Amino acid sequence: MSTNNKFMAWIDERFPATKTWEEHLAKYYAPKNFNFWYFFGSLAMLVLVNQILTGIWLAMNYKPDATLAFASVQYIMRDVQWGWLIRYMHSVGASAFFIVVYLHMFRGLMYGSYRKPRELLWIIGVIIYLAMMATAFFGYLLPWGQMSYWGAQVIVNLFSAVPFVGEHLSVWVRGDYVISDVTLNRFFAFHFALPFILAALVFVHIVALHKVGSNNPDGIEIKKNKDANGIPLDGIPFHPYYTVKDIVGVVGFLIIFAAVIFFAPGMGGFFLEHPNFDPANPLKTPPHIAPVWYFTPFYAILRAIPPMFTSKFPGVLVMFGSIAMFFILPWLDRSPVKSIRYKGPLFKIAIAIFTISFIILGYLGTQEPSVGRTWLARILTILYYAFFLLMPWYSKIDKTKPVPERVTE
Amino acid sequence: MKKIIIAVMLAVLPALATAAEEGFHLDKAPVNLHDKASLQRGARMFANYCLSCHSAKYERYSRMAKDLGMTDAEVKANIMFASTKLTDHMTVAMRTADAKLWFGNPPPDLTLIARSRGADYLYTYLRSFYLDSSRPSGVNNAVFKSVAMPDVLWKLQGMQEPVFTIETDADGNKHPVLTGLKLVTKGTMTPAQYDKAVGDLVNFLVYMGEPIRLERQALGVKVLIFLAVFFVLAYLLKKEYWKDVH
Repeated sequence: MSTNNKFMAWIDERFPATKTWEEHLAKYYAPKNFNFWYFFGSLAMLVLVNQILTGIWLAMNYKPDATLAFASVQYIMRDVQWGWLIRYMHSVGASAFFIVVYLHMFRGLMYGSYRKPRELLWIIGVIIYLAMMATAFFGYLLPWGQMSYWGAQVIVNLFSAVPFVGEHLSVWVRGDYVISDVTLNRFFAFHFALPFILAALVFVHIVALHKVGSNNPDGIEIKKNKDANGIPLDGIPFHPYYTVKDIVGVVGFLIIFAAVIFFAPGMGGFFLEHPNFDPANPLKTPPHIAPVWYFTPFYAILRAIPPMFTSKFPGVLVMFGSIAMFFILPWLDRSPVKSIRYKGPLFKIAIAIFTISFIILGYLGTQEPSVGRTWLARILTILYYAFFLLMPWYSKIDKTKPVPERVTE
Repeated sequence: MKKIIIAVMLAVLPALATAAEEGFHLDKAPVNLHDKASLQRGARMFANYCLSCHSAKYERYSRMAKDLGMTDAEVKANIMFASTKLTDHMTVAMRTADAKLWFGNPPPDLTLIARSRGADYLYTYLRSFYLDSSRPSGVNNAVFKSVAMPDVLWKLQGMQEPVFTIETDADGNKHPVLTGLKLVTKGTMTPAQYDKAVGDLVNFLVYMGEPIRLERQALGVKVLIFLAVFFVLAYLLKKEYWKDVH
């Protein structure tokens, strides 16, 4: 036995290192027909690590104090060695995280990755998405610019719409009657803590994935066809095949990521909103308050719902409901097939309408409301919901194609 | 069907975008951060005309000197009127309480003004003051209605009068719309010279909004070249490994 083997044997008697390596990488069999859409899971993990690392380094110079926060960000941008790069990696990384996760979720929608036996895997994913949104929301207050301040004001005010306890609830969340130093301190604490919970959830997500096995663009189970050794015929070991393939995806992603960081870190006001370069002023409400782009579809839905009985609560419910739809999705799809490749025209039209509605709602959320835009947002909100709520019906009557026994190229 | 839906949806978008309110036309600012001479002229103008009321408190004199290629002596003689130490931030002596009393609003810090308002806005704003006797300062501004700031550059530019055009709105009501400005009293500069001076000032403000900008772009080129090479190697490695997957 070589020294190396002896060392590993010593470890393995005390910790299942080799077993873990094999179960999750070297002998984890993934379908061989993954396409472009399957890069985004590993990319999401990469961006999470980027956010955590750059975030820790930013926290070394950031001051969570209402009188110092804005200046400390400029201190990072001007005086801290490489502070500008770390901060841009973090601010662009936030948007990149949502882009990558939206594409990852869209992949799941297309290929039916939420269907049995992957319901729980999907639900854990939706919880990750919620945790991400919370983290991003807390983090956006920290630069203490005008949009940080007023965006947080608008969102925390949503809690005041809850019947009976709303006022108390919003004060409890803020720790004050307006967004203040107290709010900034707690948001910083949450923004620092949540990513570690997020990382734990990602771990759970992967444990669930490796229990049920990866779906694929054909939406068929590779475990149904195994060779004499019990290895799926259409499966290949994740390592080295998908590790080397994901390196290509990672570098491809980094090219786009670096291009934005170095040449358009503000992305024309979409990644860093222009009014956020003015320090927070509690006495001066900006004429137009808009959240960052990744929240705007939901913001548009919120604004689309008119107050009922002088309460904003229906709008808040419809907005949170639009995210809650993802939780029940696994039980809405009644199609005999999983993948869009074998689904019929009804599903294809439905997912196209859903996608376009989401994008246009996102656009509307960045714009000031007008009568025409509000009505358009209402129609799109209905279409958004229709994708989910009519699914039991259209997925059942849709004309599907026969699914092959083995995966296709 | 899918394509028709997409086409219809996409056709709606531009219509919505153009529905936005149209303000006074913004002129394109001549921003060129490589033009060190322009930046230095802009810095001098900033120190002479802006820095007595507006601070630039996130920028240090020393940083500016280094980035703009000025010597310490030049900065001390031409820019630093309020401070003694080169590493000081560019602050003002005016107290906020006094500023509120004198102007109604304390003049905002200008370090990041180019990032929050945009270069074109600043370039147009600084050239669009016009006489308006209804205002306490005697002037108004075409892009910033009822602005509290007096026209501190009037000696250079001269004085302008507004040109109104009668326009009919969607409801058929006629009302005057500010469409242009006319120079009525000459300043010490010709209009071309003044535009150039304001261009230098705005150029400097753009620099100050993000001092690292040029360095960032230069580094970006190197990073992208490295990643492009890395991509090719990663792709070849993947191809080699995947040869035996059928």
